Amino acid sequence: MAALRPEDVDLSTVLADAHLDNPVMTASGCAAAGRELHQFFDVAELGAVVTKSIMRDPRAGRATPRMAETASGMLNSIGLQGPGIDAFLAKDLPWLLQHDARPIVSIAGASLGEYAELARRVGNTPGVAAIEVNISCPNVENRGLVFACDPFQAARVMSVVRRDSARGLPVFAKLSPDVTSISEVAAAVMEAGADGLVLVNTLLGLEIDLDLMRPTLAGVTGGLSGPAIMPVAVRAVWEVAGALPGVPIIGVGGIRTGADALRFLAAGASAVQVGTAIFSDPSAPVRVLRELRQELAARGIAKVSEAVGLAQAGQQQGAAS
Amino acid sequence: MTSPTTSMRGPLQVDAEVFSNKRVGDYHHLTLVADGIAERTKPGTFVVVSVGGDTSGALLRRAFSIYRVRPAGVYGGTVEIVFAAHGRGTQWMAGLAPHDPISVVGPLGRPFALPKEPVACALVGGGYGSAPLFGLAERLRERRCSVHMVLGAATETRLFGALEAKRAAQSVTVTTEDGSVGIKGLVTDPLPGLLNRGVEVVYSCGPMGMLKAVTEVALQHGAWTQTAVEESMACGIGVCMTCVLPVVGDDNVTRMVRSCVEGPVFAGDKVRWDDIGTVPPGTFGAPRVGH
Repeated sequence: MAALRPEDVDLSTVLADAHLDNPVMTASGCAAAGRELHQFFDVAELGAVVTKSIMRDPRAGRATPRMAETASGMLNSIGLQGPGIDAFLAKDLPWLLQHDARPIVSIAGASLGEYAELARRVGNTPGVAAIEVNISCPNVENRGLVFACDPFQAARVMSVVRRDSARGLPVFAKLSPDVTSISEVAAAVMEAGADGLVLVNTLLGLEIDLDLMRPTLAGVTGGLSGPAIMPVAVRAVWEVAGALPGVPIIGVGGIRTGADALRFLAAGASAVQVGTAIFSDPSAPVRVLRELRQELAARGIAKVSEAVGLAQAGQQQGAAS
Repeated sequence: MTSPTTSMRGPLQVDAEVFSNKRVGDYHHLTLVADGIAERTKPGTFVVVSVGGDTSGALLRRAFSIYRVRPAGVYGGTVEIVFAAHGRGTQWMAGLAPHDPISVVGPLGRPFALPKEPVACALVGGGYGSAPLFGLAERLRERRCSVHMVLGAATETRLFGALEAKRAAQSVTVTTEDGSVGIKGLVTDPLPGLLNRGVEVVYSCGPMGMLKAVTEVALQHGAWTQTAVEESMACGIGVCMTCVLPVVGDDNVTRMVRSCVEGPVFAGDKVRWDDIGTVPPGTFGAPRVGH
C-alpha cells in the first residue's frame, strides 16, 4: 500500500454505540479525572478520557509505600483512593464536559449493590460517553474474592450494570489477565450484556526491598503496569479477538508509542488506552495519537478500522500459503 | 481552550540540556538549560526529570526541589538542582555531561508561603534539603525579613551551601552529627536559641524525621512553620496517587493528600508526622470500624 499523508488518515472509531474522534484514551487510574493533564495538552484532543475508578463512598486508599519501580514497569497499590460518586458527579464530571472531553467513567464496587447504584447514577448522567466497569475489586460478600477472577461473578456484575445503566450507553468490562482463561471470562461478561471489553488490567506482582527485607509495598502485592506487561496484553487482545470475533475491544497495557498502539489494533483492538507512560511523559496520550497517525499513514492505512485485526488476517494468510 | 504554553502559570514539559554537572561534597549540582521554568518558579517548588535515556527501563521521573533558577537572557533560562547519587536513576544523572538531553517537567507543587510582615525567620536545612532555602532567603530579604539559616548534616561532606548561606542570611549556624564542622549535634539544637531571640517563622526542608523534630521545637515556641516534605513519587503531577501523607485540613479532618500538588510545602502543625506511612483511623474515607 502506498504511503498516505498523515492528515489524510481517518482516525474516527466506533466502539459499540460510542463514536469517537480517535482511538486513543487515557487508562483508568493514570489520568485522575483529566484536570491535571490539561496543563500539558487539551483533553478534548483525545478519543476519550477514562476516569480513575469511582466508588460509591469516599476512600482514603492504602498506606504508603504505594509504588515500586520495577524493570520496564511499576507496581502500584493505591487502594482506589477517591472522593466518591457524589463529589465526582458534582465536580469532576462537569469539568470534563466543560472542557469538551469525552468521559468514559470507570466504576468500581465492593458489592453487586454498589455496582448497581453506581451504574444508575453514572449511567443516567448526560454527557457520559460510556461506562468502564473495573471488576478487579474484592467482593466483600464473597470472602473478598476478586470479581474479575470468576466468570460467574464477573458476569453478575455486568448484568446489574447493564440493567441499571441507560439503554444505548455502551458498557465495557475491564478484565484481569490473572485468570486461567481470559476468553472464558470475556464470553461470560459479553453474554451478561457487556457491549465490549477493555483488555487488560494490571497483573498482580510483588517486589521485595532487600535493605528492609520485606515487601516494598505497604499493601504487600500491587498491580504491575508499564511496557513490561505489553506482550501479555497484546496476547490477551489477540486471543479474545480470535475467540469472540466482532466484539469491540479496547487494548491497554504498556503502550508507550504509536507503534505500540498499532500493535494492539493489529491484534484486534479497535481503540487503545495509554496509562503508565503518562507518569514519565505527561503528554504521552497525544504523542501516541500523533505517532499512531504517522504509523498508519506510512503503511497506507486510510482508516483505523482497516488496521483492526490486520495481524490476525496476516497470520491466516501466512498459514494458507 | 487555554493553551498551557502561553499561560505563565502551571508547569511546562521541556526537552532540556545539561549545562553543567559538578560534584559538591557528597552531592551533585546539576544545571539544566530549560526555557520557561525559571519565570514560573517560586521557592519550594520542584521539578521531575526522566532518567536513563531513551532506551531506559526506568519509567518513573525523579523529583528534586529547585535550588536556583535564572530566567532566559543572552543564554537560555536555567534551572539548578542538587542530588545524592543514591539509586540507579540518580547514579545515571551523576554521569550526565554538558549538552546531554534530559526531559524536565516543572515547576510543580505549592511554594513556601511568605509572611506578610517583615519578621525574623529561621531556615533549617538537612543535608541537600538546604537547596530550596537559598531562593526562599532571597524572597524573604526582599520583604525585609531577617533570615537565620541552620544547616545540618551527618558530616561535613553532606552539608550543602554553608558558604553561600553566609551571603544569603544574617546568621548561619552549622551542625554536624560527628562534629566535623560547626556544632556537634542536630539542627534542632540551636533552634530554641533563635526562637528565644525573636524568630517567628521556621521554614524547613530535609528528611521527614528532621521536619517533625523542627516542627515540634517551633510549635513549643509558638512559631509558624512551613515544611517541604520528601515523599516517593511516580508522576509528580497529581495523577498517580502514590505520594500521599495524612494531613489535617482547616476543617480539622485528616485526609490522605498528594504531596506533589497539595505540597510539597505544608504547615508543619498540619502534618501527622507520627502517622506517615499509615492511614490513621478517622481519616476521610478510611475504612469504618466494624465495616
